Amino acid sequence: MKATDWEVVIGIETHAQLATCSKIFSGAATAFGSEPNSQACAIDLALPGVLPVLNREAVACAIRFGLSVGAQIAQKSIFARKNYFYPDLPKGYQISQFEHPVVSGGGIVIPLENGEEKQIRLTRAHLEEDAGKSLHEDFHGKSGIDLNRAGTPLLEIVTEPDMRSAREAVAYARALHALVRWIGICDGNMQEGSFRCDANVSVRPRGQREFGTRREIKNLNSFRFMQQAIEYEVRWQIETLEDGGTIRQATVLFDPDTGQTRAMRSKEDAHDYRYFPDPDLLPLSIGEDWIANIRAEMPELPAQLAQRFQNEYGLSSYDANTLTANRETAQYFLDAVSAAGAALAKPCANWIMGEIAARLNREEREIAESPVRPQQLAGLLTRIDDGSISNNIGKKVFDALWNKEGESADAIIAAQGLKQLTDTGAIEAMIDEVLAANARSVEEFRAGKEKAFNALVGQVMKASKGQANPGQVNDLLRKKLQG
Amino acid sequence: MINASLSELSRALSAGHISSVELTQEFLRRIARLNPTLNAFITVDEEKSLAQARAADAALSAGTAGPLTGIPVAQKDLFCAKGWLTTCGSKILSNFVSPYDAAVVERLNEAGMVCLGKTNMDEFAMGSSNETSFYGPVRNPWDTGRVAGGSSGGSAAAVAARLAPVATGTDTGGSIRQPAAFSGLCGLKPSYGIVSRWGMVAFASSLDQAGPMARSARDCALLLNAMAGFDPRDSTSIERAPEDYCRELDAPAADPAKPLAGLRIGLPREFFDDTAPCDPQTSAAVAASIEELRRLGAQTIELSLPNVRHGISAYYVIAPAEASSNLSRFDGVRYGWRAPDYSNLEDMYCKTRAQGFGAEVKRRVLIGAYVLSHGYYDAFYLQAQRIRRLIAADFAAAFTQCDLLLGPTSPDIAFALGEKTDDPVQMYLTDIYTIAVNLAGLPGISIPCGFAQAGEKSLPIGLQLIGNYFSEARLLNAAHRYQQATDWHTRIPEGIE
Repeated sequence: MKATDWEVVIGIETHAQLATCSKIFSGAATAFGSEPNSQACAIDLALPGVLPVLNREAVACAIRFGLSVGAQIAQKSIFARKNYFYPDLPKGYQISQFEHPVVSGGGIVIPLENGEEKQIRLTRAHLEEDAGKSLHEDFHGKSGIDLNRAGTPLLEIVTEPDMRSAREAVAYARALHALVRWIGICDGNMQEGSFRCDANVSVRPRGQREFGTRREIKNLNSFRFMQQAIEYEVRWQIETLEDGGTIRQATVLFDPDTGQTRAMRSKEDAHDYRYFPDPDLLPLSIGEDWIANIRAEMPELPAQLAQRFQNEYGLSSYDANTLTANRETAQYFLDAVSAAGAALAKPCANWIMGEIAARLNREEREIAESPVRPQQLAGLLTRIDDGSISNNIGKKVFDALWNKEGESADAIIAAQGLKQLTDTGAIEAMIDEVLAANARSVEEFRAGKEKAFNALVGQVMKASKGQANPGQVNDLLRKKLQG
Repeated sequence: MINASLSELSRALSAGHISSVELTQEFLRRIARLNPTLNAFITVDEEKSLAQARAADAALSAGTAGPLTGIPVAQKDLFCAKGWLTTCGSKILSNFVSPYDAAVVERLNEAGMVCLGKTNMDEFAMGSSNETSFYGPVRNPWDTGRVAGGSSGGSAAAVAARLAPVATGTDTGGSIRQPAAFSGLCGLKPSYGIVSRWGMVAFASSLDQAGPMARSARDCALLLNAMAGFDPRDSTSIERAPEDYCRELDAPAADPAKPLAGLRIGLPREFFDDTAPCDPQTSAAVAASIEELRRLGAQTIELSLPNVRHGISAYYVIAPAEASSNLSRFDGVRYGWRAPDYSNLEDMYCKTRAQGFGAEVKRRVLIGAYVLSHGYYDAFYLQAQRIRRLIAADFAAAFTQCDLLLGPTSPDIAFALGEKTDDPVQMYLTDIYTIAVNLAGLPGISIPCGFAQAGEKSLPIGLQLIGNYFSEARLLNAAHRYQQATDWHTRIPEGIE
């Protein structure tokens, strides 16, 4: 019997904390890591009689997101109450959007392994408030409640079940993560919970139209865990079905220590949230002019920019996508190219993705903190390009720039005497000395050993302390040996 | 002084005939003497009141006083007042001292008024007789064997018994107008959005509105001047230019004998026919008041509000639905009363809410949770919202033909304590004329229009006038002209001197 060919179906819900200064319905601050309950005002505590007032900036973030994914921005959307009891939910309901979300549709393009691209469709994105946190340690059998996070604005972004592998799911999550940071609506800090993904996973025999029963993996707070959790879950579902079992709809948690998912609650325990429109808030109206203003201030999006890098600078799709992984890198590249000239775009890209990325990585720094500024990099690449220095000397100059030994490549080249030697007479003199001192190599070359030629080139370069133009050395040496 | 109007009090204070401290002390003495019988106040704090009075006296002598400076006011106990116990008539808030002021409290404080205390009310404003209060029922000053109405029963009894010159109330389905009618007062429920709900403990957010309770339309207007105003903290507050609600009251009439000439009053058939059977004495008093208004120059027009008959049904879906959610915050976790013994979190929730809420509150929370639950939402909640829109459309159509609508405030006079407590539906029906006004968000006022004989006692009858959105000034003017021609509102209950 032929084994069933299973198809994996994944949809993702992401809670992105919006980078507003204050909460979505109160004036309390949203900074992370403050003393428990020091950022919870009367509204966040749900004292009797308090009322919510919508934070305009949170709405602007939602509009920015909608525009960046080509979605519909609803002219009128409704805030609804999602009712359930939990100690870190002070009002006994969460203000969210249910039937009429602020953003509908749109999509995000992800790169596939085969070099092609795939569009992941978005169902919706809606605004809601975060809950507080229950702290179960250090309270001697009791639980503590920290309401600092209660009321932090969230944009919940929901996809269609368009992903077909853990890898695609992670590619989507990475693309979304890059996008929300790019447009400045979320800091993307996954450790602090600013960007939290839930994955709905099901499997079905390939060719079957109906979806399998899905299980939802909650709170995947790193891309690595997401990949592991989905892979484990898929294996588990396939094994369960192949062993004749059935999948029951459930919410599961991923345990990074065991690498396994385990059921938290089944559908039977599902709450009836008794959604209804929040009578304390008017319908959210978004006028065309507001959308137009935000559209005018939108940065060029990563996909557009990557395309432009390919068209204008002849970069490969891979390079263009790497340079647009975040806004700071793209800006660094643009600044370097603007100083060096478009002709040097490719070396700019190579150095940013090579030398600079490696250094930053080693020192755990962000590109915005790079000691070598884009203009300095441009100056260095210009000198390599015009032959003033070799590529190898270039790396030396780069080191000196990184270590702040000089203000510019030119200054370092001058101060350290690194300018490339191009004077034919001087090079010929060095060649003569080397030939005189290496009679054996000369013999070997004449006997037909090409390797011996390279050894001689090396000797000349060494004699010039690396400053001789390698091309010139090659030409002159060959001429002499053959002459 | 206890029978003086706000304007008279203001003049006496400005002229130095009496100080705010003296005036406050006089009312505090009356509260000490009469409150044990009437149970109108839940909390009195003489020191706090006198401190405010002293500050008012300082403002009066400094010449920085406004028209209400130094005048005492009683606050319904669902307005949060900083440092005051704020119970909402419930055990679950029986230990809640508010750390902040409601917008209404803030505004009256800024106006220099002196808070005399927090008045009794039906628990979370759910009731029509003030019998659901954890603090016991309020007794009607006109007959202490009868209810004062509800939910603002404490405010009504306090003003009627001259324990306060004026009081605040809130009205979700008639909670200002019905107790005003039962107690011989003038009570105004303003247009939804006129008075900020910030700091008002929510019952049904889309219906709740605060308003003044006083002995005359003019006093209502003066207090509303201080209460109303846009508040960015309440998203349903309406941004409008400030109004002087007294402005029409003193405008000279072209024909002094007919000050209401040109006013068209609509008489909705449904307020007078069998759909809402009315006590005969109430019907007769209302009929007489129509005659009086015609004498004052008003025209009357018969018309129909065909969907108003569904008001009670729609209200008892929408209000409990909102309440079930609004009251979820009273969970024993952060503040308020918590059951003393529990085994785990769920047990704590269950016991706190089972023991902390009274029967009527629990009934409405259950109804509300039911009508919002999956599978019932469309049939109940959405249907009720449709009815609500139809009712609003009925009123809108009516106001193309007339300026005001008129009818009884309640089908009956104040009933005996305990008379309706076993039959919630009978209790709900006492609000049959008032509820539609809340559903539509319109302003409505109840004014005394006569007295009914009940045994040896005489009990007040209320007349309701309903206006179009933001027509409070016109509504108050009609009430004021009627009160200039009649003396029902000047009568004083026996035994409170």
